[in-house]
Amino acid sequence: MTVKFVLLVTAAPYSQQACESAWQFAHALLTAGHHLQQVFFYQDGVLAGNRLITPPQDEPNVPARWASLAQQYQLDLVICTAAAQRRGLLDDALAGKAGISGALLAQGFRIAGLGQFVEAYTQADRCLVFRA
Amino acid sequence: MTTPLRKKILHVHRQAPHGSSSAQEALDMLLISAAFEQELSVLFIDDGVYQLLSEQDPQCFGRKNFSKTFRALEHYDVHRLYVEDYSLHTRGLGVADLLLPVTCLSSADCAALMQQHDMLLNF
Repeated sequence: MTVKFVLLVTAAPYSQQACESAWQFAHALLTAGHHLQQVFFYQDGVLAGNRLITPPQDEPNVPARWASLAQQYQLDLVICTAAAQRRGLLDDALAGKAGISGALLAQGFRIAGLGQFVEAYTQADRCLVFRA
Repeated sequence: MTTPLRKKILHVHRQAPHGSSSAQEALDMLLISAAFEQELSVLFIDDGVYQLLSEQDPQCFGRKNFSKTFRALEHYDVHRLYVEDYSLHTRGLGVADLLLPVTCLSSADCAALMQQHDMLLNF
């Protein structure tokens, strides 16, 4: 039986393990043939979508790993707009509106409101929270 | 499996307000879910009980007093507010210190409450 999941990630990549655990869980459920409706990044979790993340060679690149998984499985990776703006993670549209140059959003992610998460979890069977 | 459009959600708030953004952002999420007419209960446990303290004044250290926004829960018909008894009393607090009416639960009752919901959102 296929289970539909939504994941909520609220911790920053690298600083906490939660984001990596979420990735591992996402990979496992997808490999097992289940469905991942959406991954919603909230609070410090929005930093997973920072395209400027450049870890040392021997450490994982979190945004790139998420983007790669998203491409492979057509995932919906959503960064919360309110949380993102508070932390300076803007896409082209938000940066333009604020008159700031330098959009930070990594490939494979989109910025949207909290309502997107609500719509996603109402369609899902299970929601898991990955937090600090 | 059935996927109803209305979930029975328990928000679990565990952190003190203002020291981190957890409480404010958890409340924002709670209000959005309420606006989408989800069936919501909220449990305040551990330092989360501090979120409901009346007469907060965080502006004096540069934070927003969002505690009055808790009153919006009433307008969205979110009445099931719970506090863990042990968390309250070990912090020298009682329900009279809180800005909203709540139901006090024992730890065992908190566990039972969690079992009754489709989704747990931990903050």
